[in-house]
Amino acid sequence: MDWSRILTNVVGEAFAPTTAAYALAAIGLNIHFGLTGLLNMGQAGFMLLGAYGFAITATAGWPLWASLLTALAAAALFGLILGVPTLKLRGDYLAIVTIAAAEIVRLVGRSTSLTWLTGGNAGIAGDGFKESFQATSPLGDGRTQIGPFEYSNSLSNSWWVRIVAWVLVALALYLVWRWTRSPWGRVLKGVREDEDALRSLGKNVYSYKMQALVLGGLFGALAGIIYALPRAVQPDSMGRPMTFYVWTILLLGGAATVFGPVLGSILLWTILMFVTSFLREIVPDTVLRTEQIAMLGWVLVGLTLMLLVIFRPQGILGDKKELSINAH
Amino acid sequence: MQRTAPPVRTPSLLTHLRRTLVAGLVALAAILVGSLPAGAAEGPCVASPSNGCITGTIRTAAGDPAVGVSLTIEGEGEVLTTVTGDDGTWSVSVSQSGDFAVTVDPETLPEGETLRDPDANPRTVSVALGSTRAALFPLGTPSGGTGTDGSASPSPTDSELEAPATPAGSTSKVAQQAVNGLIFGLLLALASVGLSLLYGTTGLSNFAHGEQVTLGAILAYVGTQIIGLPLIPAAILAILAGAASGWVQDAGIWHHLRRRRIGNTQQMIVTIGLSMVLQYSYQFFFGGGRLRIVIANPVPVQIGPVIVSEQSLISGVIAVITLIGVAYFLTATRTGRATRAVSDNAALASASGIGVERIIRLVWTLGAGLAALGGVLIALYFNSTSWNMGGTILLLMFAAVTLGGLGTAYGALAGSIIIGLVAEMSSLVIPSDMRYAGALLILIFVLLVRPQGILGRAERIG
Repeated sequence: MDWSRILTNVVGEAFAPTTAAYALAAIGLNIHFGLTGLLNMGQAGFMLLGAYGFAITATAGWPLWASLLTALAAAALFGLILGVPTLKLRGDYLAIVTIAAAEIVRLVGRSTSLTWLTGGNAGIAGDGFKESFQATSPLGDGRTQIGPFEYSNSLSNSWWVRIVAWVLVALALYLVWRWTRSPWGRVLKGVREDEDALRSLGKNVYSYKMQALVLGGLFGALAGIIYALPRAVQPDSMGRPMTFYVWTILLLGGAATVFGPVLGSILLWTILMFVTSFLREIVPDTVLRTEQIAMLGWVLVGLTLMLLVIFRPQGILGDKKELSINAH
Repeated sequence: MQRTAPPVRTPSLLTHLRRTLVAGLVALAAILVGSLPAGAAEGPCVASPSNGCITGTIRTAAGDPAVGVSLTIEGEGEVLTTVTGDDGTWSVSVSQSGDFAVTVDPETLPEGETLRDPDANPRTVSVALGSTRAALFPLGTPSGGTGTDGSASPSPTDSELEAPATPAGSTSKVAQQAVNGLIFGLLLALASVGLSLLYGTTGLSNFAHGEQVTLGAILAYVGTQIIGLPLIPAAILAILAGAASGWVQDAGIWHHLRRRRIGNTQQMIVTIGLSMVLQYSYQFFFGGGRLRIVIANPVPVQIGPVIVSEQSLISGVIAVITLIGVAYFLTATRTGRATRAVSDNAALASASGIGVERIIRLVWTLGAGLAALGGVLIALYFNSTSWNMGGTILLLMFAAVTLGGLGTAYGALAGSIIIGLVAEMSSLVIPSDMRYAGALLILIFVLLVRPQGILGRAERIG
């Protein structure tokens, strides 16, 4: 068995752009759920909108900042539209509406009638929208090898994407850390713990929930862009399962904690990579096909989610007293 | 922390029974008019008197399915695009007889693959309504010659399935889609009654309910295609096994979670995990392709302005009879009344001597059985099933249940029929691959104006 290859795969996965993208999405979800107690089951919708907003405008030749703004604006608008009908309702309604809305985004995006804009179900190919981002890279052309890891400097799945992605994650962590300690963050926690008490203090709960929904959605949009940059925008790969992985990541690391989302994302993807690479090495192709091994991995993720929620809802870093999963 | 939700329920049962019966009669009347799931967009194209099909499978030189290859089909004023699925197959439905040019986009072929015969791209295929033609594009090193490729097999004389084209008047199209929608709605109702009853009795939004629907369909597939049973015994076994799975699930998981006093939101996330486990297990064992329970093409019957397949006709009747049975059970039997009592107020029901846990176990069993039946019938309606069929319609079921009023069994019926109608009829005005989006949009609008649903009791929710 080739242990060094398995190890390389696993460590490479720990700092892959996808891991960073999921960490960012989970940080967004942490603002929704961990801080404010909102059951957003449509984080993938925010991500897909962000990816579309960025890719469509970048393909049309807009500068990087304009594409970024479009992506963020699309997600903010989506959050507002979702929040208006649901934030006054019970939590499980928000869950159903967000999951439905994310599905609407995907169904509309992949529709053949929109092929001219979104590329239909084939999505938007990478070479079209990556240029403006790659042009910002100071690393130049060529490939660089550091240890066993060799990636292109600036193109697609590059060192540059990795650097930008993890800097964004660090920035997001810093912001969330500041916010949780701010008066504003304490109001959000109040919304999570007891809305009625906050109302009686004269706070506009609805407005705070809306701010949290939109803000978390913005992180979702950034995550969607990072997710799309090394590959292409593919609506069907950003459906409901993606939301569920983000949830697993958040609950694994620990909701309502600052580092939980990052820890969860790194753990989930490295463990998944370890299990699938390991199985690939020891199980012959005739017994389990490669895609069957991938499926086993996802079964494992589902099981993890179930067991976590039942036995350790606060996750690895969380404090059980601080967070009990509950809808308002 | 704990919320033993007094679920939203309807005040007057008699009114609702009456409404149910009326809905049932309307449905029956409409079914007699007939329907045919014309080229159900989710499944592979099935030829009917009103459409023809062009299909094919693209495989790499090594024989693996080529996934995600886009094709354009052009002719008779139609331009269609499609992409090969996980098993390399593609199919499109055309609404007129004639010649169609099928073009493969070579850019989308898997890396390193080329067309073996680049000159035969585009390829012209003649299709007649009611028939299916294949257009094959073998991959490999360009050989110059046509080689042994299966090529297109246009044999315009082969018209055994050709039937007189239906009058393409707009009235008949509306009627056709309305009837399709009604049948789809009835089948959806079968699948969602369990979801609604479960929410009513326990307050749990079960995201794994779609997998119960898939389970029924896949078990029926195993019965007919792997074991070789005839359809009816296979379906009955599938329903029994589905019901048993509901019983086992409650006894094995949910009963314990309720005893551990795990909140409903937590349980809801557990159902999401379970749904992932089940979906990927199905895919693990049965692959990502489409599974057909019945291989034979549906037999079309024309009644009035619309065309029904015999299958849909029978499915609709089965759905109506079953739903009337459920309504009878809930209103006229002792256990049914106990179920409604638990729905209304579990604590009070328990205090008056009703075994709440026993009732919940029954709801799980009944709901899972109905979902399995719904799954078999929906798979027949779509002509095939797949590992994610239940996941695809789960949101439609939630939309139906919310629309009708969360937790009301009759609401689930009314909501399902509306969602079925909207999903099928919206394809008259919006592209058919967006029709589910239309149905989900309705869900959001209903929450905006009437969050308690059509039949739900107005109460403060939030």
